[in-house]
Amino acid sequence: MISKKDVEHIGWLARIKLSDEEKEEFTGQLNTILDYFAKLDEIDPSVTPTHHVSGIENVFRDDVAKESLGQEDVLRNAPRKEEGFFKGPRIV
Amino acid sequence: MMSVSEIKRRMEEESAEETIQSLFDKIERSKLNAFITLTKEQALEEARKADKNGTRGLLGAVPIAIKDNISTKGIQTTCASKILKGYVPPYDAHVIERLKAEGAIIIGKTNMDEFAMGSSTETSFFGPTRNPHDLSRVPGGSSGGSAAAVAGGEVPIALGSDTGGSVRCPASFCGVVGLKPTYGMVSRYGLISYANSLEQIGPFGCSVEDVALLLDVIAGHDPRDSTSHVMKKNRYVDELKDDVSGLKIGVPEEYFEGVDKDVDNAVRDGITLLEELGASCSEVALPHTKYALASYYIIAMSEASSNLARFDGVRYGLRLEKDKDWHTTFSEIRAEGFGEEVKRRILLGTYALSAGYYGRYYLKALKVRTLIKQDFENAFKKVDVLITPTMPCAAFKIGEKIDDPLSLYLADVNTVPMNLAGVPSISVPCGFANGLPMGMQIIGGHFDEGLILRVAHTFEKHAGVA
Amino acid sequence: MKDVIIGLEVHVQLNKLNSKLFCGCSTKYHDSGPNTHTCPVCLGLPGALPVLNRTAVEAAIKVALALNCEIAEQTLFYRKNYYYPDLPKGFQISQYDYPIAIKGNLVIEGDGERNIRIRRVHMEEDPARLVHKGPIEKSKYSLIDYNRSGMALLEIVTEPDLRSPKEARQFLNKLRNILEYLDVFDGYLEGAIRVDANISLTGGARAEVKNISSYKGVEKALSFEIVRQKNLMRRGINVVQETRHYDEARGVTISLRTKEEEKDYRYFPEPDLVPFKAKEGVPKIKKTLPELPDAKRRRFVEQYNISEHHAKVLTSEFKLANFFENVAGKVDTNQAATWIADVLKGELNYRGLGIDAFSPKHTIQILRMLREKNITEKGAVQVIRALLDEGGTPTEIVKQKGLLKVDVGEIAKAVDEAIKENLAAVKDYHAGKDEAFHFLIGQVMKKTSGKADPDAVNKLLREKL
Ligand SMILES: [Mg+2]
Ligand SMILES: [Zn+2]
Repeated sequence: MISKKDVEHIGWLARIKLSDEEKEEFTGQLNTILDYFAKLDEIDPSVTPTHHVSGIENVFRDDVAKESLGQEDVLRNAPRKEEGFFKGPRIV
Repeated sequence: MMSVSEIKRRMEEESAEETIQSLFDKIERSKLNAFITLTKEQALEEARKADKNGTRGLLGAVPIAIKDNISTKGIQTTCASKILKGYVPPYDAHVIERLKAEGAIIIGKTNMDEFAMGSSTETSFFGPTRNPHDLSRVPGGSSGGSAAAVAGGEVPIALGSDTGGSVRCPASFCGVVGLKPTYGMVSRYGLISYANSLEQIGPFGCSVEDVALLLDVIAGHDPRDSTSHVMKKNRYVDELKDDVSGLKIGVPEEYFEGVDKDVDNAVRDGITLLEELGASCSEVALPHTKYALASYYIIAMSEASSNLARFDGVRYGLRLEKDKDWHTTFSEIRAEGFGEEVKRRILLGTYALSAGYYGRYYLKALKVRTLIKQDFENAFKKVDVLITPTMPCAAFKIGEKIDDPLSLYLADVNTVPMNLAGVPSISVPCGFANGLPMGMQIIGGHFDEGLILRVAHTFEKHAGVA
Repeated sequence: MKDVIIGLEVHVQLNKLNSKLFCGCSTKYHDSGPNTHTCPVCLGLPGALPVLNRTAVEAAIKVALALNCEIAEQTLFYRKNYYYPDLPKGFQISQYDYPIAIKGNLVIEGDGERNIRIRRVHMEEDPARLVHKGPIEKSKYSLIDYNRSGMALLEIVTEPDLRSPKEARQFLNKLRNILEYLDVFDGYLEGAIRVDANISLTGGARAEVKNISSYKGVEKALSFEIVRQKNLMRRGINVVQETRHYDEARGVTISLRTKEEEKDYRYFPEPDLVPFKAKEGVPKIKKTLPELPDAKRRRFVEQYNISEHHAKVLTSEFKLANFFENVAGKVDTNQAATWIADVLKGELNYRGLGIDAFSPKHTIQILRMLREKNITEKGAVQVIRALLDEGGTPTEIVKQKGLLKVDVGEIAKAVDEAIKENLAAVKDYHAGKDEAFHFLIGQVMKKTSGKADPDAVNKLLREKL
């Protein structure tokens, strides 16, 4: 069982501000779904986990510099910008 | 519905411009809400060029619709999310480059579940898409807009993406053909990730032939996607023979549990038809199927929680009126920009990856993934293809399941195992129940696209469903 | 006396590569405007995918081999999930389990040789560069330049084997030297090196000082921490385990919360990159390894017959060693060693310059003039200074400044004049007064404006007296 407090912490980790109602609602829903996930507790297979289903290995690119995007293209979608920089929120 | 060859014929009789104009006329009158963005001006301009200079490539001037999670240079790409409203990618996805090289004309970006998270296209910020067979019902999801546009005759072919059934589910609900390729066959470069290790871009069409044609265009190695296979360029349209003699079909009973009677009957009739055409059929076991859904959702949500971390309003996307400190700013943007289902999955994924739970959820899910993969490997030692219902039911009502997330998840039970194992599968229409289409799923081993397309083609020819 | 325990996590930028770690953007952004060396991949645009730079992997293996590490059979990348305005994807592609190399060591020479164990070496991508108007805590917003984003970093983690800030500095100097020998790193470029330092005193908790971005900063930050922790302990206050930020401008460390802790990073294997076999490449890479500083130092002593001390100084920088070898073949090796290691190096250090600021050709010319006694040692130093401060060529400078040594005839003339004009002093000399002799030498030097060879003046004066 996860608590409302757990949901709050997960919200912090995921950087999603949750309203009080949301915390309440998600706590219930998450527990229902986690109960379903608990189905996996039935087994404990001693097999190697499959991180990559394709089995492909050793993929590289050569160290060749390619043309970058132009500064204008790069900044076009930026909600806020200044003198060629993206403008982000303050740190503290 | 309208096939590629029909549209090519029309374009010769009239002109590409008139043909494409008539599609836009239809879409503008449509109640389906299949599109988020239409690219009318550019599309008509390209059509005029084709009329003037002639067409080129496998898809010369053929109109196509693109799911709105595939990046298109200069065309808004939103993933049906408020957080990406107004985002215009400065680059084309690999599949878009290929489509352009083969002469296709993009007519618009289709509606979907927000960030491809859903099986009903109800979670879109731009409103739900409706099923052309019954406007009160969902088209399936998450590529609901693409499937509905093809089924509604608004476009002959479309691209979707399939993470746990998102091409096959709406294909089944809308009565069109949809294919999820082998993992690594189609480059994901430019596909906005929901769950990277599971998803592939896949084609929709109103016939198996059109799906094969579109696969011919989009499949192939791309050095910008490290998980892309180096492979010989196939011509899948050349493999569409009307022949299943000697084919060994496996029927996994696990996939018929809890399936609606109508769907069960239609799929078993389909298998019988293929037997009559020379195939043989036997039962096979995929014993770990019951763990597939939990494993799938844990992996998908975990990857999603990380993939969606980049949406912070700095470089693109939603930004609120006033900035605060960075932590509050990011948290508020993401609270405002993401819908409920997306938040739910991010929270669950974050939890599943966190210290202390990694072993119980994520790592366990990856081990189950190994078992599921082995199940398929064992099955394909005995049979050539597997046949199952695509969805356990026909399209449900809009709003019917949206308040019960788990029941929606459970609808994906027959489509997620192929994403876990990376094997290809195709959904073909196999009948109607109360006016609603149903889909039959044909599954092959890795890179058996040629084979499952041939089986689907043969079935389509003889079943006379559409 | 409390023991000091220090472990370092050193992030070095593989800034000699042509392209970034996972995309084709050029690494040569240092003289360009913000956001001019970026693409969908390093901006973290939706849908963009990383592809690993082969040469970056080879460079990582080279460094690991030079640090005597074990190279991993199979290695893979992980996502380290955390938020910060400099991180475009909300995660950093890094390594976690299965790093590319583990268990190495580096010997530093401080007060005797000290073996510092290396715990691991792993690869990761650099975040973007944040710019603030004014101090970070007062700035109303942050400005972000993604040119640095996606640069290849190596993180080199030591065991807690360092015992003083000075040793930490020595470790970094030696490491930098090796990296430059391997030609994977240019330590002069902005942002080339960043260090996180763990430091504790016996009986106290460990503080992690983050993001020290200069070689000197490491020593300063650690010295500050030692004083801070000692003061707390003296007052009976517990040192708490925490992350602290080094404020370079003020030379202090400040407590820094808000960021995630190790347990919050939610590491998992990066699905967009596939595993690779690192060890397979080792035999080939081994053949390309250059001579490393310690080996070069031993060879210099043997081959050039110079002192251990000179060999150490000359091999302490890759470029300096090359400079010496360029010069050594053409002049007396011992003279070259002395002048480069003692004089030239000192003049460069005084001006904060590297050896690039001087040419081997000029060095050879100056040493030849010295050898042929055309200039004095003092004159040679003046030529070196003038070359560094004003430029030009040695011959021009010698001419301009009139540094050419005075010939014997002229010295003899000056000696005669000095004797004639200072008879009282001559008398004193004969009376056995040494000062008188020095006075006379001074007079001769004055007449020759200091350009006379002191030995010659001495000899002639004694003869004539
Ligand atoms: Mg690091
Ligand atoms: Zn880049």
